[in-house]
Amino acid sequence: MEAQQHTASKDHATLADTFNRDEPRVDWHDKTLWFVRQKRDKAAWQIPEWEHLRETASQIKHNVLANLHHYLLSFEQQAQQNGVTVHWAANAEEHNQIVHSIIQKTGITRVVKSKSMLTEECHLNDYLQAQGIDVVDTDLGERIVQLANEPPSHIVLPCIHWKKEEIGELFHKHLGTPEGNSDPQFLTAAARVHLRERFMTSPIAITGVNFAIAETGEVVVCTNEGNADLGVQLSDVHIACMGIEKLIPERKHLGVFLRLLARSATGQPITTYSSHFRKPRPGQHMHIVLVDNGRSERLGSDDFRNALKCIRCGACMNTCPVYRRSGGHSYHYAIAGPIGSILAPALDMKKNADLPFASTLCGSCSNVCPVKIDIHDQLYKWRQVLAKDGYVGSTKKNGMKGMAFVLSHPRIYRISGSVGRWVSRHMPFLVSNSLNPWAKQREMPTAPKQSFGEWYRTNKRKA
Amino acid sequence: MKVAIFIPCYVDQFYPQVGIATLELLEKLGVSVFYPEKQTCCGQPMANSGFEHLATSCNDLFVENFSGYDYIVCPSGSCTLHIKDHLHASANEPAAEKIRSTVMELTEFLTDVLHIKNLTAHFPHKVGLHQSCHGQRGLHLSQMSELVSPGFSKPQHLLNLVQGLELIPLDRTDECCGFGGTFCVAEEAVSVKMGKDRIADHLHHGAEYITGGDMSCLMHLEGILRRQRSTTKVIHIAEILNAG
Repeated sequence: MEAQQHTASKDHATLADTFNRDEPRVDWHDKTLWFVRQKRDKAAWQIPEWEHLRETASQIKHNVLANLHHYLLSFEQQAQQNGVTVHWAANAEEHNQIVHSIIQKTGITRVVKSKSMLTEECHLNDYLQAQGIDVVDTDLGERIVQLANEPPSHIVLPCIHWKKEEIGELFHKHLGTPEGNSDPQFLTAAARVHLRERFMTSPIAITGVNFAIAETGEVVVCTNEGNADLGVQLSDVHIACMGIEKLIPERKHLGVFLRLLARSATGQPITTYSSHFRKPRPGQHMHIVLVDNGRSERLGSDDFRNALKCIRCGACMNTCPVYRRSGGHSYHYAIAGPIGSILAPALDMKKNADLPFASTLCGSCSNVCPVKIDIHDQLYKWRQVLAKDGYVGSTKKNGMKGMAFVLSHPRIYRISGSVGRWVSRHMPFLVSNSLNPWAKQREMPTAPKQSFGEWYRTNKRKA
Repeated sequence: MKVAIFIPCYVDQFYPQVGIATLELLEKLGVSVFYPEKQTCCGQPMANSGFEHLATSCNDLFVENFSGYDYIVCPSGSCTLHIKDHLHASANEPAAEKIRSTVMELTEFLTDVLHIKNLTAHFPHKVGLHQSCHGQRGLHLSQMSELVSPGFSKPQHLLNLVQGLELIPLDRTDECCGFGGTFCVAEEAVSVKMGKDRIADHLHHGAEYITGGDMSCLMHLEGILRRQRSTTKVIHIAEILNAG
C-alpha cells in the first residue's frame, strides 16, 4: 500500500506534525472522535453495573490467557467436529500462505473480505494481490480506504479521517457517481450496488473473528452492515482468520463481551449483527486460521500479557487526546492509538520504538478500556524496555545521564541552579537548542531572582 | 505530626512562589513544616523518558532526604504519583516503602489528613480548574469522566471554600493539556495543539485564571497564553488557597 510505504520511514512526531499543518482539519478530526467518546459515555452510564461488567470481562480474559493452551485445543477439537478445517499459523507469513493456498485450490481469484484487523496486521491484501487474487473489502469504511489505496486509520472507523466531500470525489473517480455529489445516503447506495456485484460473483469469503468460543468451536463476528453474513452465505468457501487470543471459554460468557463491545466502540447497545458461524452448510467449506504472530511470546511476559485481552473496540483511540490530534496514520502500524502503541513494539521494536512515546501517559485509555488493560502503564514499561535495549537515541541517553548526575548531587544542583537556572537548559522539556521546540509556539518561563531553596535559606532556615 | 515538603525541581527553579505558598498555607493551618534542603527531584524526567535505570542515585537521595517523616507533602500530583509508583532504594527498601505510602499531593493532604472545611482565602476571580492527569487519574484526586462512578473532587472542594472565587464550567472536564514531560518537545505539534484546545475551553467560559495542582501543566499552558498575548493567567492552587 502506497500510504503505508510512504509513512513507514517517518516517526509519529513527524507524521503528527504534518497532520497538524491543517489545524481546522485537526479540529474536525478531534471533534468527530470526541463525539464518539461522548456517545460511549452515555451508553456506559445506561448500565449501572458498567464497572462491574468491565471487571468481569477482564477476569474472563485473564482466565483465557492463563489457560490458553487448553482453550485452543478444546476449540480446535470442537471446530473439527463441526466439520471445520483448522489451520495454525506461527506468523503473518504463514497465515498469508495458508489463506492463499486455500484460495488457490479452488482456482477462484475473486474474494470478498469483511473487517479483520488480523489480516491488516498480516498485510493479507497486499500478499493476495501480489499472487493475482482480487480481494475486495466489503465493510464500507474499509472499501473507501481500499479504493484510496490507504490502510485504515482506526480499527472500528477505518475512514474516520475522510470527509464526505472527499468520499464523493473518490466514488466519482472509482465508482462513477456524479461529480460533486457527497450525500452520504446516495454514496452508500452507490457502494451497495458496487459491492452487491462483488458479493454475487465472489465464491470465497474471508472474515475476521471477534470471539471464538472454546466450548462450541464457533466463531462470532460483529458487524453493523451485515457484510460478513452476506459474504459467507453467498460463498462456497469461508475462511475465518483470528489471533489466538480471541477465545472465550463458553457461550455464556459472550453476553458480557457483546454488552461491552459496541457500547465502548460507538455507543450503540450492540452491533446490528452478531453472527455465529459454527459449521459449513452442506456443500460449503469452512476454514479457521489461528494465528500466533508474536502473541505467545507476549503471553510469557508479565508486564505486557494483558494487552492480549484487547477486543478491538477502539475506545482508547476515541478518548486519546493525542490520537484525536495526530490521526491514525501517524502511528504507522495496522492498529493505531494507545493499544497499537503497546502492540506494535512487541512485533518490531526498532520500527515502532517511537510509539510508546507518542503519549502523555494521561491514563484515559486505561479508564475506557472494556477489559481494563493497563495501557498507559504498559506504555511506560515499553519506554523502559526500549531505552535499556538501545532503541532510544544516544543524544537523549547522554542528556539523561547528565541530568541523573546533577539531580543526585544536591550541591551541584544548587550551584548549577544559581548560575543561570540549570533546569532551563537541561530539563528534557525545556532544553534550549537551535530549534527549541518548546519556544516554537510557547514562551519560555521567566527565571525568578531566587529559587525556592534560596528563598528558604534566606527567610526560613531554622537555626 | 512531622511533615516535610517536597518542592519539585522545576517549581524550585521557576516558580518559587508556589513553594512559598505551599509552605505558608500549611503553616497557616497549624502544620510545622520541614524542608529537607538537599532535595532535588523525584526522578520522573529520566523515568518517563525510559531511563528509570539511571535514576537510582536520584532515588537514593530522595530516600535519604525524606526518611523519618509522618507525611511528605508535595504541590504536584505528577511528582507525588511518580514517587508513589516508582521510588525504590536498593540499600533501604523499607524506607522507600514508607515514603511511597506517606507521600501526598497537597490538596489530598488538606482534605484527607487535615480535613479542611474552612479557609480564610479570598480570591475574587473567575477561575477554571485544570485537572492534571497524574493527580486525577493516578492519585484519584477527583472522579474521572470515563468511569461510571459518583462524582467528587478534592481540589474543587477546596476552591469552593475560597471567598469570591467563581469556578467556571468546562466542556471537557478532564482532558489532558498535552504537557506530558518530554512529550511537550518530542511531540511539539500535538502537545501545543492539545494545550491550545484546553485554553480555548477555559477562555470560552470566561476564565481569568487557570489553576491546577501541577505547575508543569500550567507552565505549558502559560507558555501558550503568553504567546497568544492573552490576559488570562495561570496560578497554582496553593497560591489561591493561600491568597488574602
